[in-house]
Amino acid sequence: MSIYAVQFLIGLSDASVLFLTASGLSIIFGVSRIVNFSHGSFYMLGAYIGYSLIGDSDNPLIFWGGLFLAAVVTGLVGVLVEIVLLRRLYHVPELFQLIATFGVILVIQDLTFMIWGAEDLLGPRAPGLTGSIELLGALVPSYDIALIVLSPLVLVGIWLLFYKTRWGALVRAATEDREMVAALGVNQNLLFTGVFFLGCFLAGLGGAAQLPKGGANLLMDFGIIAEVFVVVVVGGMGSIWGAYIAAIIISELNAFGILFLPESSLVMMFLAMAVILIARPWGLFGKSESMEHKPPSEREDLTISGRKLPWNWGWLLLIAVLLVIPWFQIDFVMTLVIEMVLLSFFAATLHFIMGPGGMVSFGHALFFGGGSYAVALFVNYLQLPMSVLLIAGPAVTMVFALLVGWFCVRLSGVYFAMLTLAFAQLAWSVVFQWDSVTGGDDGIIGVWPTGPAEDKIVFYYLVITLTSLSLYVIRRVISSPFGFALRACRDSSLRSRAIGIDVRKIQWIAFTISGFMAGLAGSLYVYSKGSIFPTEMAIPRSFDALIMLLLGGVQSPVGPIIGGSVYTFLIDYITRFDYWRLLLGIMIMLLIVLFPRGISGIFSSGIIQRIKLLGQSE
Amino acid sequence: MMGELLEVKHLSKSFAGIQAVNDISFSINRGELVSLIGPNGAGKSTCFNMLNGQIKPDKGSVRINGRETVGMSPDKIWKLGVGRTFQITATFYSMTVLENVRIALINDAQKLYSFFARTEKLYHEEAMNLLEQVGIVDQRDRLCGILAYGDLKRVELAVALANNPGLLLMDEPTAGMSPKERVALMALTHEIVKTKNIAALFTEHDMDVVFNHASRIMVLARGSLIASGMPDEIKNNQMVQEIYLGASFT
Repeated sequence: MSIYAVQFLIGLSDASVLFLTASGLSIIFGVSRIVNFSHGSFYMLGAYIGYSLIGDSDNPLIFWGGLFLAAVVTGLVGVLVEIVLLRRLYHVPELFQLIATFGVILVIQDLTFMIWGAEDLLGPRAPGLTGSIELLGALVPSYDIALIVLSPLVLVGIWLLFYKTRWGALVRAATEDREMVAALGVNQNLLFTGVFFLGCFLAGLGGAAQLPKGGANLLMDFGIIAEVFVVVVVGGMGSIWGAYIAAIIISELNAFGILFLPESSLVMMFLAMAVILIARPWGLFGKSESMEHKPPSEREDLTISGRKLPWNWGWLLLIAVLLVIPWFQIDFVMTLVIEMVLLSFFAATLHFIMGPGGMVSFGHALFFGGGSYAVALFVNYLQLPMSVLLIAGPAVTMVFALLVGWFCVRLSGVYFAMLTLAFAQLAWSVVFQWDSVTGGDDGIIGVWPTGPAEDKIVFYYLVITLTSLSLYVIRRVISSPFGFALRACRDSSLRSRAIGIDVRKIQWIAFTISGFMAGLAGSLYVYSKGSIFPTEMAIPRSFDALIMLLLGGVQSPVGPIIGGSVYTFLIDYITRFDYWRLLLGIMIMLLIVLFPRGISGIFSSGIIQRIKLLGQSE
Repeated sequence: MMGELLEVKHLSKSFAGIQAVNDISFSINRGELVSLIGPNGAGKSTCFNMLNGQIKPDKGSVRINGRETVGMSPDKIWKLGVGRTFQITATFYSMTVLENVRIALINDAQKLYSFFARTEKLYHEEAMNLLEQVGIVDQRDRLCGILAYGDLKRVELAVALANNPGLLLMDEPTAGMSPKERVALMALTHEIVKTKNIAALFTEHDMDVVFNHASRIMVLARGSLIASGMPDEIKNNQMVQEIYLGASFT
């Protein structure tokens, strides 16, 4: 019996850390509607700052004071980010905000690395709480008990702040109706900055509080983000109570999962999430997003794609140039072009569901990396030839997409995005942890083309041909009745249903097509590289595609190509520098602040004009 | 064909303890243009959303052409021949007026799941006919995202007519229109109801429109049907006068 009690209590203590971090994310989203993707970075920052503040002091005052101060400093860093970056972005499309916070992740990652180094840091022990307490007939580390006590205290604190202070009342009002609060003369900037401080403070507190248990390392940011998203989605965006309950559910599932089926604990967590979201699509305590009635700012990403097929000559010219390249027989150019083409292809598959479909996926790398891994595993275990695997690889990801899509299309907006991210992280963890099959961190090597494509030039032409064909198919589908239906579902699900369109079915099919295509891109990619590592499935890979679309323009039909090529070229260049993440992060932020309407505008003024027209009609 | 097209019995819905619609029953026959009126918050839109499947009633039954529709999703109800316009217009803002109607026609012809056909070649004539009917042909190539509100109402009507519905549900079809346009649109609706022998239910705040065009009027107040009858009967109804001329006049 006692082992269960211990697991239960440890689960509760994990839940505390998770709750602290998740509640911060939830609060920030509730008021500012910004999905702070960099929330995990603030959590990591809290841990590192706490480590430096506390040192190896065994004075309880310094320890607890250090935790608090670490949270305050983290909160202040958050304020800096809000003032310098996010404040300029409240009125731009969600995707841009999101990518901006991704830039923050990169910057914080490299800064942390610069300041504290690459080595994992062992956290300080809490003075006076280094032993264990006997509870329910079992020995439980006393620091875990302290954590269990901490989170209800914080919960009550937040509650008091929100329900007993004027500031809290304003925050709640802003959560309900931002415009109305602004109309009442409340200084929005101050309110948002305050909320951002609180959110980052909580993340920092979470990070610092887990120091005695987990220390600090550079993987913490991405490590916690998926779990935090799961908690916030399951609990309901903006609900603190929801975050608390969901954190307990998730952590207990983890704690007991490890006991019974160690390999499956992650799967259990995601299954629980899936079940809860099917029963309650807005989470346990979330409110459903209003049926329609999108705020004007969101309507700005008006699409033109699909109406005509412009740039026909441009396409032909592009293909002609690509076809000529091998004549020069410069190896590294061909390698780079193949990479550019395949990543553009990958971006185009995301564009298909995001542009015409309006479904923003944070986890598209699942299908790209999935295709690569499917091929690599088939090669490794069955030695199948390339001709078979270029069908089998995408077929595998298509099945994934069918499964994942079935869940995801039940949700929309941010919930959809977070669920896709969660599924992608699940797949990544499986690949990363299942050493015996996937090689874990070492990946799978020795995946080279077979048959005629062994010749590099043949392979090159194969890539160009298959990619062009696929892009042509995607474009045809976008301008087909199905493509129109997809846009209809994005524009107004209310109206779509009222004219008999089965919205979920349309979106599900589109998601599946996209998954198949991304799998094809991934299958070709693994052959071009000869190896595959879990990073191809990780969050940054998903964001690569998002950034490419941002660069090229989400609603521009040529967006994925331009964005994909420019971005791949850029990455190829800047990864030669030591602190390239810092550099890239700053570039991303600058880009979004300077061109809040997207770079696409430079290439196609028609889009800008249409947006302006739309603005005037508001 | 005559007879009851829509039959509603004991329909009720409450939100968080507030009774939005309370045990209402009525029926509509083919060839009737029935108006549902009542002050703001009387439950008109809730009622419409229950008839059209957006909201599931707590109690009661809705029969369309004899088929029970409670629990059906809007897209299934559409298949029974129900056209709907919304109080706050819902159109496809990234598409032109013509495309909005076209997509409805395509779905009606069950061609939505064709992945390679050229959309712009489908149902052009039929779409133009519908646009002509509602008088918006000249706007056909403009995006719905930039259209004036009154025009959007017309687009909605054209879209709602695309599947030759037996029942039209119109939630404030003339909001945002000038008085002249209102009369024209309701005259058109009237004509469609008569010539196609279909049934239509509409809500409206403009009493001129209601009394000039409705063949029958039902009055909703605080979730309950308090009166139903010919325009003249309603005009002289004591209770209705109190509601409309009393404190809650809107």
